Amino acid sequence: MEAFTQHTGLTVPLDRANVDTDAIIPKQFLKSIKRSGFGPNLFDEWRYLDHGEPGMDNSQRPINPDFVLNFPRYKGGSILLARENFGCGSSREHAPWALEDYGFKAVIAPSFADIFFNNCFKNGILPIVLDHDTVDLLFKESEANEGYKLDINLEQQTVTRPNGEVIKFEVEQDRKHSLLNGLDDIGITLQQEAAITEYENERKKRAPWLFNR
Amino acid sequence: MAGKTLFDKLWDDHLVAQNDDGSALIYIDRQLLHEVTSPQAFEGLKLAGRKPRRIEANLATPDHNVPTTDRTKGIEDPISRIQVQTLDDNCDEYGVTEFKMDDVRQGIVHVIGPEQGYTLPGLTMVCGDSHTATHGAFAAMAFGVGTSEVEHVLATQCLRQKKMKNMLVKVDGKLGVGVTAKDIVLAVIGEIGTAGGNGHAIEFAGSAIEDLSMEGRMTICNMAIEAGARIGLVAVDDKTIEYVKGRPFAPKGEHWDMAVKAWQDLKSDADAHFDKVVELKAEDIIPQVTWGTSPEMVKPVTGMIPNPANEASPVKKEGIERALKYMDLKADTPITQIPVDKVFIGSCTNSRIEDLREAAAVAKGRKVAASVKLAMVVPGSGLVKEQAEAEGLDKIFTEAGFQWREPGCSMCLAMNADRLEPGEHCASTSNRNFEGRQGQGGRTHLVSPGMAAAAAVFGHFTDVRELELQPITGGAN
Repeated sequence: MEAFTQHTGLTVPLDRANVDTDAIIPKQFLKSIKRSGFGPNLFDEWRYLDHGEPGMDNSQRPINPDFVLNFPRYKGGSILLARENFGCGSSREHAPWALEDYGFKAVIAPSFADIFFNNCFKNGILPIVLDHDTVDLLFKESEANEGYKLDINLEQQTVTRPNGEVIKFEVEQDRKHSLLNGLDDIGITLQQEAAITEYENERKKRAPWLFNR
Repeated sequence: MAGKTLFDKLWDDHLVAQNDDGSALIYIDRQLLHEVTSPQAFEGLKLAGRKPRRIEANLATPDHNVPTTDRTKGIEDPISRIQVQTLDDNCDEYGVTEFKMDDVRQGIVHVIGPEQGYTLPGLTMVCGDSHTATHGAFAAMAFGVGTSEVEHVLATQCLRQKKMKNMLVKVDGKLGVGVTAKDIVLAVIGEIGTAGGNGHAIEFAGSAIEDLSMEGRMTICNMAIEAGARIGLVAVDDKTIEYVKGRPFAPKGEHWDMAVKAWQDLKSDADAHFDKVVELKAEDIIPQVTWGTSPEMVKPVTGMIPNPANEASPVKKEGIERALKYMDLKADTPITQIPVDKVFIGSCTNSRIEDLREAAAVAKGRKVAASVKLAMVVPGSGLVKEQAEAEGLDKIFTEAGFQWREPGCSMCLAMNADRLEPGEHCASTSNRNFEGRQGQGGRTHLVSPGMAAAAAVFGHFTDVRELELQPITGGAN
């Protein structure tokens, strides 16, 4: 996994609540057995005017000019600004894979759905929770100012607005550590091999039926 | 010190290590695998040169991509075919027990787990699927994970997690005739919203929950995720144990006695503390119909489509306006005036035998309305299908004009060939009414199986409580 330490990027405001993972990456693209290549189909049903299927040449498809990701001013955006409960619905990790493949490094919202939030950290994307009023302010500023960039520093746990004002955010320490160092989660767990084996042996005694299928 | 909740007990019982950084290492007893979220996990395992830790702790079946029509010709869509083939290949290579597409035990993962007795009280279970919450009906700590965590469990049999908070949803009283578990859970989501359970494990309790069958409890826990909670739970009682007894993977002999004894404690202590409590009266619950593009956009069948003008919050107001536009519905219209083009009875929420009996009781002796283009019944597993056929339910459905299909996820998410065309309204017993969920431009209305069958018969939403129902003699399950 790619590490996340600091990132300055163009901010794209996606102004709707409860954006679900079906919207982030529709089901027909989940048939892929790969981890990459989902970026061109990120928000597919909102982004294009036709019906998308795997294998299409996306550069030839009619785009929806009213969808924020297609506004020329947001081209190259890498920080997504979103509303409440972003990423609700299905557990598909294809959602953060699509965001990452498109080029997003961070998502800022007042709240996230639990599974999506968790999946982001496994893929080098930083989901940042800020209070409703602050998110609202960022929406207003990014919509009013073309080229609006935020600077995110994970070590310091800060988001810095273009005027230099610093906003602090919270992040769980274990997730922060993994993301800062781009660590392999499975590798970390395997370091606790002895504890797992000990637990397993004890569980075998307590619940032998689970080991005797 | 306050007592423990059921969730506290399950958590503590599976705690391998509490780490200094605030995370916990939790042991995962069992995992369910399907074709959509597992290929990259097996690939990751291979690339890292890792071996599965306890391959016997996994059970697999293809469900999302499988056709619900004649399967003798295989899967027509080449991309779907490759995905299912990849699951078969991985299971064969690693020795995972798999119910392949032509196995009578094949079905939706969340139907076959309980059906096989693979889901047991007191265990931890994960699957790369958010509806894993279903298995909490057995007082099991079950939750959906992403593909990285599927791989993590394959490699380590553990997950690093942060403990969720405790939430209690208490439903006391008696449900009216024609009101079901689906209506309870939709009413709960209407009350607390789709983010109401974020960061929590929800325990469903109260006399109305105790009165439900195991199928009903599964329907409720299944949709905990639609309220934002990864985990839904119901305490163990005699019904739980009776349901599990004798199933293929259930403990046998002295292990059975030992297990039953251990399971008795799987309930919250009387003085347990919950961080959040929501109470509903069963008598107040009326059959529910979603009108919008989020499960929280729900009304009783006797109600009207809301008017955004009455909404104070600008974000919510805009949400309602956008939903009405997408659904092509007008504010203040009675729910019963919404016409239905297609009807889907199935999904991990409502495709078990009891659900099919409930729909058949409405369909029996009636006909699907001429205005309805397609009404389909998709059993949750090959064994549910067999049982339904033994009870004659298939005949009731086909005589009424419903199509009787092969088991799978089908039009719940339309990854196979079953889908809505743009603009079509569907009465669906599934769990999500998101934009495009059942096909691009499709318009989903979530309802109970009885309400779906009633919509099929009348061509628009109809209060199932007003219908005379034919007794279905399935007997006790």
